[in-house]
Amino acid sequence: MSERIPILRIGETLLVSVQFDLEDQMVLNLQEDLAEQIVSKAARGVIIDITALEIVDSFVGRMLATVAAISRVLDARTVVVGMRPAVAITLVELGLSLGGVDTALDLEKGLAKLRQPTSSVLR
Amino acid sequence: MTAPWAAGEDPKVYPIARSGDLVHIRQAIRALAQQSRLSLVDQTKMITAASELARNTLIYGGGGKVTAGLVSANGRRGVAAVFEDSGPGIPDVDQAMTDGWTSGGGLGLGLSGARRLVDDFRLDTAPGEGTTVSITKWAR
Ligand SMILES: Nc1ncnc2c1ncn2[C@@H]1O[C@H](COP(=O)(O)OP(=O)(O)OP(=O)(O)O)[C@@H](O)[C@H]1O
Ligand SMILES: [Mg+2]
Repeated sequence: MSERIPILRIGETLLVSVQFDLEDQMVLNLQEDLAEQIVSKAARGVIIDITALEIVDSFVGRMLATVAAISRVLDARTVVVGMRPAVAITLVELGLSLGGVDTALDLEKGLAKLRQPTSSVLR
Repeated sequence: MTAPWAAGEDPKVYPIARSGDLVHIRQAIRALAQQSRLSLVDQTKMITAASELARNTLIYGGGGKVTAGLVSANGRRGVAAVFEDSGPGIPDVDQAMTDGWTSGGGLGLGLSGARRLVDDFRLDTAPGEGTTVSITKWAR
């Protein structure tokens, strides 16, 4: 229940790397921890690396969308990186288009995206 | 269940009583999907559909079980999973199958999305008599 995913901070960016299939409660904990740390660490960007995730169902998908929305309200930006092609195909067919979620192919491109001016990121 | 379980490979029953069970079920379905040589995309679709249905069994059905195993028919192999609960049942199936309709705080995509992700989808439910959802994905 109290298991938590570590959140790293590099400058103004929070970095989370999801390394294994998560129980629902851990997903909710991560969402809360990120919201809390965006404020407490005065972060401007959040990167969620899901390279290791073999599936993203509606529960995790909703968490990604919620974190993106929360960070926007808290004047930060979230980029989800490393989504596998099979996961992307499945999410779209499931009906979750993740419209408000910014993505990048890998960590490096995600960090580059956070350095761009906001307007081009929100495009 | 329309498709017969593959001969000599008994399906296994997994409880759905706590959220940790969803993790085990995803693992079990992945192993079966690999065994039946589903493509990577089809494996991902089947595991995702199973995850949605198992969570419904837990949250709306008050818990239950899933029976999962290999199936074969007409020389084809696949993986099937049957989710059963003896919860309240679904009073309006058409409504429940509509994209975006939820009676709780979900996105309303689990049932309708799961149907799109698999090859065979069957929902049996009646008010007060629980819910059974059967899904199958065939190797191509
Ligand atoms: N096993 C079940 N027993 C009783 N009712 C169910 C069951 N499964 C689904 N339902 C009903 O059908 C509705 C739609 O289910 P569906 O999985 O599509 O959406 P959700 O669970 O509400 O949201 P999401 O899965 O997108 O997070 C549920 O809100 C619930 O009312
Ligand atoms: Mg659901």
